[in-house]
Amino acid sequence: MDNVAAEVIAIIAAKAREGQKIEMTDRLADLGIDSFGAVEMIFDLEEKFDIQITYNSNDPKPEFETVGDVVNAIEKVVNGKA
Amino acid sequence: MAERVVVTAWGVVSSIGSTAASYWANLVRGVSGIADATLVPTDLLTNKIVAEVKDFDPPAHFDERQSAMLDRVAQFAVVAAREAIAQSGLSFEGGLSERTATIIGTGVGGQNTQDDNYKRLYRDNAKRLHPLTIPKLMVNAPASQVSMDRGLRGPCFAVASACASATHAIGLAFHMVRSGAATCAVTGGADACITFGTLKGWEAMRVMAPDTCRPFSRDRKGLVLGEGAAVVVLETEAHARARGAEILGEITGFGMSSDAYDLTTPDESGMVRAISGALADARLDPSDVQYVNAHGTGTAANDETETKAIKRAFGAHAGKLAISSNKSMVGHALGAAGGLELVATLMAMREKIVPPTINYLGPDPACDLDYVPNEARALDVRAAISNSFAFGGLNAVLAVKRW
Repeated sequence: MDNVAAEVIAIIAAKAREGQKIEMTDRLADLGIDSFGAVEMIFDLEEKFDIQITYNSNDPKPEFETVGDVVNAIEKVVNGKA
Repeated sequence: MAERVVVTAWGVVSSIGSTAASYWANLVRGVSGIADATLVPTDLLTNKIVAEVKDFDPPAHFDERQSAMLDRVAQFAVVAAREAIAQSGLSFEGGLSERTATIIGTGVGGQNTQDDNYKRLYRDNAKRLHPLTIPKLMVNAPASQVSMDRGLRGPCFAVASACASATHAIGLAFHMVRSGAATCAVTGGADACITFGTLKGWEAMRVMAPDTCRPFSRDRKGLVLGEGAAVVVLETEAHARARGAEILGEITGFGMSSDAYDLTTPDESGMVRAISGALADARLDPSDVQYVNAHGTGTAANDETETKAIKRAFGAHAGKLAISSNKSMVGHALGAAGGLELVATLMAMREKIVPPTINYLGPDPACDLDYVPNEARALDVRAAISNSFAFGGLNAVLAVKRW
């Protein structure tokens, strides 16, 4: 696992239920991250990597359903930036 | 003995009209007040659309000295109160001033003053702030300015419950007039929070629509921030009759509840308790009601939860209700919203026309009631409710009857 993925997972873990082991296939909702938890998580990711993520919590199909979705999206933005 | 509480006047400042008459005419026509922001620079905003009060000209209402004392939010409140009081014909003489309550709700108060002054301090490194900074931004400033402007010397205070502020304010005023604690009340709500700082704060919540406000519609993408004010004059039926006032409607019930659940996620059972509480207070059976003026913010969560709550509170009658959201046209004017919506509800009863929910694209399976899509509808409304559900889980619902 590269650095970006590890840092993203650490941010997700901080929002998830305590003591939860995080797998790439885990759904955010199953980790106890509700819609506002996801908004806070995205804020933390934007601050950490100094990036901007388009996200509207009203979208019926969330872009970020699983941990893997978030890791891939952030890696894409961070690598694109570099 | 409880007094009957009647409405004898209203005044409005909104994004679709800065008098009650123009507001109503545009509501019925389905005119949208939503457009690109002009009050703030938009280059650093993700969401650039808002519902601004256009062409608001302070010098048309205030001399220079008074204008400088009033934040935009207090200006809105005073202009709406002046319109309402002028329409009521009340002069507050002979001790009536002392028996008149002034209760004005606001979500956030003088945000323009706060934003402008903090910008001076933090960005421009100003060494001092204007001496009126604090008295202009305090949340009771709109209430205080209305009382000073019109010489109202009875109980006066602000109510702050975010998006339900005006409804809570009017509900408390209703209680005071009904109990005899006040003979008249000048009450409603105001907000003017289209500032760079506030918009960035809302943007961070990720609930703002990038296109427009489409309450209860499929493909709705969130809320649009608005601004404005609405003020009504309440009085006891006896007082209104004795002076030969024209009675525009009756407030018959008020329901309040707190979710005690989550800061931002709406809670169906909290909404149900407020709706059912208002109906019970008004001694209305659910089947007596024809119209619900919804909170209807246009967010995925509110509209779905409000739909469920209406179904639970009204049972089988929910399918027969006409339900509409003014926020589709005037955006979410926060502390003013409940006032703007109560005026619309009273006007709908009086004019026998229900304003539409515009920008409606088609049904969402989770929102399957009659939202009066896109076109106003002629309807004999004899009783109605107006819903307000605030962040913080604070719910307030007013029940009204045609006079």
